[in-house]
Amino acid sequence: MKKIFSSLFLLALLSPAWAQVQRGNLLIKNGTVITITKGNLENTDVLVKDGKISQIGKGIAAPAGYQVIDATGMHVMPGIIDAHSHIGLSTINEATQPNTAQVWTGDAVDPMDVSIYRALAGGVTISHAMHGSANAIGGQCETIKHRYGTVDAEVMKMEGAPRTIKFALGENPTRVHGEGNSIVPRTRMGVEFVIREAFNEAKEYMQVWDAYNAAKGQKGFRGAPPVYDGRKETIADILKGNIIIHCHSYRADEIYMLLRVCKDFGIKKLVFQHVNEGFKVAPELAEYGAMASVFADWWAYKFEVYYSTAYNAAILTKNGVVTSINSDSEELIRHLYHEAAKTQKYGGLSDEEALALITINPAKQLGIDSRVGSLEVGKEADIAIFKGHPLSTFTIPMITVVDGLVRFDREKDADDQRIYVDPKQVADNATFHEYKHNHDNCLEGAEMTMTKLFGLN
Amino acid sequence: MRKNVRIILSFALSLLVLVAQAQNPKGKYGTFALTNATIQTVTKGIIQNGTVIISNGKITAVGTNVAVPQGAEQIDCKGQWIYPGMIDGGTRLGTVEVSSVARTVDNNEVGDIIPQMKALTAVNPNSALIPVTRVSGVTTVLSAPDGGLLPGTAALINLHGYTPDQMYAGFEGIVMNFPSTGRRGFFDRRTDEEIKKAADKAMEKINDAWEKAIQYHKLDSATKGKGVSYYPEMQALMPVVRGEQLLMIEVDASKDIQSALKWVKEKKVKRVVLMGVQDGWRVADEIAKAGIPVITGPVQAVPSREYDRYDRAYANAGLMKKAGVTVAIRTANAENVRNLPYHAAYAAAYGLGKEEALRAITIVPAEIFGVADKLGSIEVGKSATLFVSDGDPMETKTNIKQVFIDGWQIPMVSRHTQFYDEFLKRDPGVSKTQK
Repeated sequence: MKKIFSSLFLLALLSPAWAQVQRGNLLIKNGTVITITKGNLENTDVLVKDGKISQIGKGIAAPAGYQVIDATGMHVMPGIIDAHSHIGLSTINEATQPNTAQVWTGDAVDPMDVSIYRALAGGVTISHAMHGSANAIGGQCETIKHRYGTVDAEVMKMEGAPRTIKFALGENPTRVHGEGNSIVPRTRMGVEFVIREAFNEAKEYMQVWDAYNAAKGQKGFRGAPPVYDGRKETIADILKGNIIIHCHSYRADEIYMLLRVCKDFGIKKLVFQHVNEGFKVAPELAEYGAMASVFADWWAYKFEVYYSTAYNAAILTKNGVVTSINSDSEELIRHLYHEAAKTQKYGGLSDEEALALITINPAKQLGIDSRVGSLEVGKEADIAIFKGHPLSTFTIPMITVVDGLVRFDREKDADDQRIYVDPKQVADNATFHEYKHNHDNCLEGAEMTMTKLFGLN
Repeated sequence: MRKNVRIILSFALSLLVLVAQAQNPKGKYGTFALTNATIQTVTKGIIQNGTVIISNGKITAVGTNVAVPQGAEQIDCKGQWIYPGMIDGGTRLGTVEVSSVARTVDNNEVGDIIPQMKALTAVNPNSALIPVTRVSGVTTVLSAPDGGLLPGTAALINLHGYTPDQMYAGFEGIVMNFPSTGRRGFFDRRTDEEIKKAADKAMEKINDAWEKAIQYHKLDSATKGKGVSYYPEMQALMPVVRGEQLLMIEVDASKDIQSALKWVKEKKVKRVVLMGVQDGWRVADEIAKAGIPVITGPVQAVPSREYDRYDRAYANAGLMKKAGVTVAIRTANAENVRNLPYHAAYAAAYGLGKEEALRAITIVPAEIFGVADKLGSIEVGKSATLFVSDGDPMETKTNIKQVFIDGWQIPMVSRHTQFYDEFLKRDPGVSKTQK
């Protein structure tokens, strides 16, 4: 038994070494290059060496052994980044307590989810695989790179991406816990309390550990270490500024509440998710430096989004809030470029502003903007190539590159792109979505309350 | 700097508009001359530099050589386009306000066989969703009931009016949810056997209702209506049995589509349209051969099977059209029916083509609903239900400038625009005393 354990432990130690990420060499010829940060370049080549952009310019010759893509007449832009998604996860809600900071979606990454391929087919190269919104403080999240083709969950993870955690305000946590389990929170008052309580307890926890750590080095110290608590440990890391909060929220009052709480505890790294009424407190968000990740036009699917507007992204942007457009949906993730384009209808954002919403801005929100989100020399070669301007509804994503490797090519797309087929699965197993219930994807997997939620949510 | 000036100017302008519209603005009826426009008639090509005259709720003139009637309000549409109002062939609009709040959902009555339940009666003319939809150029929608096997009577409505009767656009149809052998979503954990059993049982119920309706019709015909007692379900089904009313069969899986086609043939149902039809491309030839039109959508959807190509839902409409099926497009939505032109655009890009895509949200649904004499194109004599835009409405960048419904000039205001006007530059900002 002991032997098994130790060999398992060894395997765990070794696994980072297995996580061999493949990186490619590539030359993309003669496209209209949309850099996002440095304007558009016509008839320009992008050279990729070992998974990174090594040169952007005209008339670059392909070094021997490099794959060459002719992008004549096409638009070349950075891979799209989705700051709110649940694809590539086998489960998303640990809906057992109002605070589950100890869990991590990184333990539930499913590299074989065909939704990852479909997202690639929409030009999306990175998504934020988030915990659900059942709990006021949900689990930690994983930023994944869409290296579809690997069966190794570790390879799917974006190495070195900052830690993030899901918070959730409003109807979902109050329904799951207050209504479903008769425990706090049943109201928005309770949600604030759960969060403040967690921060205060984590502060105490830190103090106890600090005291122990200071004392244990001293001569003659004989005390035992404090009890380890994974949940408080995580919250403490938030307080230390090591984890970015991504908070599911809708109403202006609850958004403002979390701003105040974070201010009280000195927490700076704060991104609001959905944040349908963010436009109502845009000056406060801008002043705090909190960011916003929104839907382009989803509204009225539940009461807390009834008083919202498709102009949200434009109002936030024009008020100086770093804003992104997210999907929270295996469907929407495939056309985020179209969702971004809606901000041109609703608020007249420029091409540059609109495209920033799905590239450099979500990169900032995930803390990865020094590596991805724009086409610049030195950045990782996550690239989407479109036939037609990406903000046109008639555009078609043609090729998607991750780390310099082509992971989607419309010309070579096969009918069945699954990596793994369950031998027990019935061949004609179709799912026809009931569009009449516009599901809040964030609540998927809150199984125990599913019957209550279905039709109610 | 120039940008700043522009922002300040537009802000000042929006303030003025706010002041001017202290009350909710109302629609305006009258004679209008829309001049200098590019007119997309849909049925008779594109007219450059043309004029459309609206009078007494109707289009009274269309062309390049049109005199502006005296007293007409002239609207210069230079650089702009005129399109017929877009028609969504399948929505919940008007009967559903907030889909997750049961108290606001009125399209889902209790019972399996309840064709007598009328969506029109539950249409809320004051729904906040309606202005949001119509200012995007979608002027007319089918509001359909949902739920059981024969969940009720759907109604075509125009998105302007203060009573359901004022909104009624001249078509009602009976909805049938064809028994499904597919799964309803990730939460549907039934075994395949359970699904088949449920489908068989549902089919029995439908067949039973259909038989009764035929008997009821025979009795009614033989006695000239005197020999039948009050039987609301059968009274509602009788016009379908008689071929006077359209049966709208909601069906998605290919096997179910085939079963539905077979059922229609066996029962000799005269007027039928298939709704949804997500698997249509798989059996497109068979649908075409049956000569039954489809109203398909949503187009922006994931494939129904994990092993399907990623773009099947986008390509479905085009593949069916190619096989010879008459195709209209719907959103199957409530709050985002305004995205109808984008669903059409995706169908266009993935095989349907722009021209057919536009037809699929204008003249084709009008024809399917039997209202093509009033709606679906810019032609003299038709209802003045149209919009003016600064480009192709299927492109997101395009703005809708004016909307007319039944000759009423619609205020270009909705909850969404009102929030924009109020909050773009909120006052007070962060400090309550600061201007």
